[in-house]
Amino acid sequence: MFLGTVVYAVINSVILMLMAIGFNLTFGISGVANFAHGALYILSAYVSWMLLNMLGLPFFISALFSILITTLVGALMYRFVLIRVRGQVLSEVIATFGIGLAILELFRYLGFVGFEYTLPVFIDTSFFVAGVYVDMQRILIVVLGAVLVFGLWLFTHHTSLGLAFRGIAQDERTALTLGIDTDWIATLSVSLGAGLAALAATIIIPLGSISPGEGYDVLIKALAVCIIGGLGSTGGVIVASFIIGFAERFTDSYISSHWTMIVSLAAILIVLTMKPSGLFGKQKELEERI
Amino acid sequence: MKKRRERIDRGIKVRAGDVFALCSWREVLYLAGPKLLPIIGCLILPLLLNAYWQKVFLSVAVFALLAISWDLLAQTGMISLGQALFYGMGAYVSGILNHYWGLHPFITIPVAAILGGIICTLLLLPVLRLRGIYFSMVTLIIPLMLVRLIEATRIFGGTEGLSGMTPLPSKWLELYLIVLVLLCALFGFRRMLSSDFGLVLKGINDNDRSVMNAGINIYLFKTQALFIASAIGAFTGAFMTHVYMFVGMPVFALDYSILPIAAAIVGGPGSLAGATLGAFILVPLSEILRGIGGLRIVFYGLFLVVFIVALPEGIFHYIQRKYHRFERWVEVD
Repeated sequence: MFLGTVVYAVINSVILMLMAIGFNLTFGISGVANFAHGALYILSAYVSWMLLNMLGLPFFISALFSILITTLVGALMYRFVLIRVRGQVLSEVIATFGIGLAILELFRYLGFVGFEYTLPVFIDTSFFVAGVYVDMQRILIVVLGAVLVFGLWLFTHHTSLGLAFRGIAQDERTALTLGIDTDWIATLSVSLGAGLAALAATIIIPLGSISPGEGYDVLIKALAVCIIGGLGSTGGVIVASFIIGFAERFTDSYISSHWTMIVSLAAILIVLTMKPSGLFGKQKELEERI
Repeated sequence: MKKRRERIDRGIKVRAGDVFALCSWREVLYLAGPKLLPIIGCLILPLLLNAYWQKVFLSVAVFALLAISWDLLAQTGMISLGQALFYGMGAYVSGILNHYWGLHPFITIPVAAILGGIICTLLLLPVLRLRGIYFSMVTLIIPLMLVRLIEATRIFGGTEGLSGMTPLPSKWLELYLIVLVLLCALFGFRRMLSSDFGLVLKGINDNDRSVMNAGINIYLFKTQALFIASAIGAFTGAFMTHVYMFVGMPVFALDYSILPIAAAIVGGPGSLAGATLGAFILVPLSEILRGIGGLRIVFYGLFLVVFIVALPEGIFHYIQRKYHRFERWVEVD
């Protein structure tokens, strides 16, 4: 029982990390809190489903296409909407929230709700680990999570584009004087965040079904992880997703499943009151509290 | 005969925008018209509408009050994404008072407004030091958490809620009570915001650290603004509890957070009249669009985006600017 809970807690933590990492990347680089993150997650899942079931494309091609389309949507969102309200936090939040609301409610209106709306698992086998059955999909999620974190680390530390990303995160004007086109980099950061949301959806959705309500949950979870870890800090996201992931799974096993969401929400409230920059936040204290 | 165009307000405004010299009733009307229009409109409108649109009018007034409460907070530099917290708290307090103790609505509504305001203020007191997006996130999270808490612990009727509240004595009382409160809130708080107290609140929004430098305790002012805003929100919740004769988990729904923000953004953030105007546009619009069902929330989302991008000052400020630039033809001798 205990070991099994631990195994599932690890998987849950990696799922949370995958959901949050795109949101965190966008915020860390361009300072845009993308409240449409959950909507982009759901959008990519539906696009993938439509390509798969309506056009009859193979799963991997449709998944690839959906990730590309979502990345493009992210870039368009920045180019046509966010660029005009850049730097005004309230306007950014409201604009992205409006876009997210429109996407999610459009799918709800079109009637895309039900158990048939799901994506196939990659490989349909399962293993017996530490006294519980774990299916291949969940193991793939953990593997992908690890690969993604390592890949992102390589990308931001050892490629010129990645260095430009970190440059505008640290000081946008100085980056501009060094010949980095900050608007272009910010566009890329929003679209990369959207792409990561799509990637997360492609691998996580097969465990459940696609529903518009899920989009709000993903947003809340991403916010929770990012706030606890400290907005904009990748190390913080990893630690925070493990904290929330374990807390959720253990309350689920030992208390009641009703309390799982409350635990993560309470964790946010506590962290925000005690240490608003999060556990590993790099933002200056003065920036977010007086 | 040569003519030239002259601004109407030139003769009225003396040296400054708020010092007037009035010589005729026409000039009085020019100044008072924009204020009289909503007062007379709100007093007469309920008489002209049929029963269905009277209900719509009720929710227009409720959302206008919520938008006023949102704007009041926003003008103090606190961007709330969870007006549902205030609404729901008021609704539950009055619901509990009425359901368990059988108190009359005339007692429960004011008590719920004050008590709900106090509870919300206390809930948000620890995060009052946060600013910008961090405060917004907390306000977004708390109503969601309360919903789950009610679901998990099954208190106060759990998922089914409490029903069978005492309704208000008459339909006309309902209508005119909310109209009266709306007008008092609109003009009263407008006046408050242009007083010294309001000046401090706006100063906190512009630059909190320099307000602190002036030796002013900004937390005291923020707490007061928060209490006022949450008391308005709690009043609307308590009022609607007795109109619907029901209180349950839907009172914490996202609608009560999104619509007031949409109204304030569309109408014109930074002015309470703009928030009211926004509610008077959006709520009837959504009622007309009811036929298309869930699609109207899609329109809200798009509305928000379009207004934020294309007309960030809002409708009210646009109209106000145009109104002060009215011109007339005068003869040149």
